[in-house]
Amino acid sequence: MKGFRKYLARKIGWYVITFVIALVLNFLLPRLIPGNPVARIASGAIEGLTDRSAIQAVIDEYKRLFGLDKPIHVQFIVYIKNLLRGDLGTSFNFYPRKVSEVIASAVGWTIALQLPAILVGWILGNLLGAIAGYVRGVFDKAILPLFLFISNIPAFGMAIMLLLIFGVYLGILPTSGGYGFDLIPSLTPEFIMSVIEHYQLPFWSIVLIMIGGQAIGMRSMSIYELNSDYVKYSRFLGIKDRIIVKYVFRNAVLPQITGLILSLGTMVGGALVAETIFSYPGLGTRMLSAITGQDYPLISGCTLIITIGVLLANLVLEILYGLLDPRIRAVQED
Amino acid sequence: MHLIREIFKSQNFVIGFVIFTIIFLSTIILPFFLKGDPLEIVGGLFYKPGTYINVSDTIEAKKYELKIDTLSNKISSLITQKDQDLMREWLVKYCNTVSEEEVKVAQHPMELVELWLKHYDPNIKMEGTTIAYRKSLSRLHQKIEKIFSDEGYVIAEKNSETGELAIVQELANNSYVHMSEIPNKRTFILGTDNFGRDVFTELISAIWNSIKIGFVAGSVATLIGLVVGLLAGYVGGMVDDILTFITNLLTVIPSFIILILISVSLGGKGNDIMTTALVIGITAWPWTARSVRAQTLSLKNRDHVNLSKLSGHSLVRIIIRDILPYVASYVTMAYILQVASAILAEAQLSMLGLGPRTTEIATLGLMLRWAIQFQAPLSGAWWAFIPVILSIALITFSLNLMNTGLDQVFNPQLRQN
Repeated sequence: MKGFRKYLARKIGWYVITFVIALVLNFLLPRLIPGNPVARIASGAIEGLTDRSAIQAVIDEYKRLFGLDKPIHVQFIVYIKNLLRGDLGTSFNFYPRKVSEVIASAVGWTIALQLPAILVGWILGNLLGAIAGYVRGVFDKAILPLFLFISNIPAFGMAIMLLLIFGVYLGILPTSGGYGFDLIPSLTPEFIMSVIEHYQLPFWSIVLIMIGGQAIGMRSMSIYELNSDYVKYSRFLGIKDRIIVKYVFRNAVLPQITGLILSLGTMVGGALVAETIFSYPGLGTRMLSAITGQDYPLISGCTLIITIGVLLANLVLEILYGLLDPRIRAVQED
Repeated sequence: MHLIREIFKSQNFVIGFVIFTIIFLSTIILPFFLKGDPLEIVGGLFYKPGTYINVSDTIEAKKYELKIDTLSNKISSLITQKDQDLMREWLVKYCNTVSEEEVKVAQHPMELVELWLKHYDPNIKMEGTTIAYRKSLSRLHQKIEKIFSDEGYVIAEKNSETGELAIVQELANNSYVHMSEIPNKRTFILGTDNFGRDVFTELISAIWNSIKIGFVAGSVATLIGLVVGLLAGYVGGMVDDILTFITNLLTVIPSFIILILISVSLGGKGNDIMTTALVIGITAWPWTARSVRAQTLSLKNRDHVNLSKLSGHSLVRIIIRDILPYVASYVTMAYILQVASAILAEAQLSMLGLGPRTTEIATLGLMLRWAIQFQAPLSGAWWAFIPVILSIALITFSLNLMNTGLDQVFNPQLRQN
């Protein structure tokens, strides 16, 4: 396992560096926005004041409160210090709520939606693709082009269409929100049922897209593996297909995991848009309102959380990949 | 040349190519046939697709008499399901001259209405019903009687001085006009959007803009990816380490996030198409760079490359003449994929409001944004966004097909026999 430990160490080290850079980017980019967000927040307090020096005093005070009067590298150090304490700053739009509080209220919904959806979609898609690769014929000719087309419908497109069909025309599923408008979050069965009801549409829109894409990839991989030498040899030896199949799919799944790693980043984008369409109270809608409101502490906070999430997920997957594929550990040992 | 012939033999490629070319050509050719500026506001909020005929023209046009029964069509469309349910309910519950069987048998609205006219009696006592209920019944009866009365309408013109109405024309119930004799009509194949623009014309213009963005962003991304990959792969050493590090960085940090951050920080300057295209291109190159680098690495130690190195050719020349031709096939495929994903990225960005920030230009993503902002899905105005989604899907689909076709040509293993 020495090889694996080396692999692990390298991976973790690399991810830490990536995280630092992501941090810098998250801090820097939103602050390059032209325009003066302080003026906007202060405008509520300035309203009615006509004395120029008074207005200036108010703006200066707000600037001081948000630490905007210091040069940028000092701001960055303050940012890091606050970060270590878990303080992501104060939101401009939701003033005086703290960013971490705003995000915390939303992040649970997003994770509850995206994680299962991505996983379920991935598993179902791969299963479907594996079956398609193994049992060719009608399934191939008819279903494949259909899935190909579906996988090309953008995630938000699928979301909108599901919204239209099930929400508007059939009217059986709710079209927005995370739970009924008349309910207050609590652990009653009524609330939970409402949550599950509202969960369906965003969930299935993400799952369907993932299935389409994964099925096709898995199918190609399965075909490729089934035509490889060791399968032919095993068949000649008389080994039952049932046993061969286990090896084939283990090999075929590996690139799919790589695919999952790579697509996690893009899935975030697609799922964000899906959230926006359904007004699902997750991180996506928070970020959207932050963007439109030029609330850059909140934007920084959201993108940071999302980046951390993706980095963590990638790290976990890469570790998993290292465990599953012995070749990787072997490479590390020499 | 032989290669090009091979490519066109591939089924996938041809299908994809055909679809894409159709879309592409229609965005160029159709504008000549479609009158009107795509951004001209012609109608109102979400008008349904169809033909709209000027009503005063129909009054002035020549009338033809057609001996067709207008009654049952009118009944079918004017008597709603609610009305029918109301009639059924009354006939079964309160009317004592008709049996439940007869009501059940009368399936067609016309039959139901005839039953109603035979048996409706406003004087029958209805115990426990509200006044509103009884009034709705008499309103329904009036409505039905009006449809049955063969009176027809009378057109009057107002005298501008005296304000009196003078009868100009009498319209019978069975007079029709011929469509070609109406000068003012407008057909909206896909209805109007929230601004009142003709969706079809706007769609064509939007597809053209989105394809433009796709190609620019795709070119930028592929170019950067190519250069980075070639340099990293061939030069190796410190250059490789730095470039690989940057590439991996940008692969893991969700490009979408970087897109958002950059678009947000551009603020007001990100108003036009080219800026968006550039931003997408700058964030999309990493995976191309990775693959080009891998290929370059495997080509680095080939004989002809070593020969060139021995001959003292310059770095640039070696890369261009010895390595590039071999990665060309992959780069072409990568380019197509980049274009497809750029179009998709633009749509996503514009939907969030981070794309071209203007109502002067239409792109596919912007059309979706307006549709959602103005609640098209909830008002059932499917024509405002379903065609857009389908176009995006078709374009990316055709590009991906072309890519699969090319893949099969370049990698014979994948060919399906």
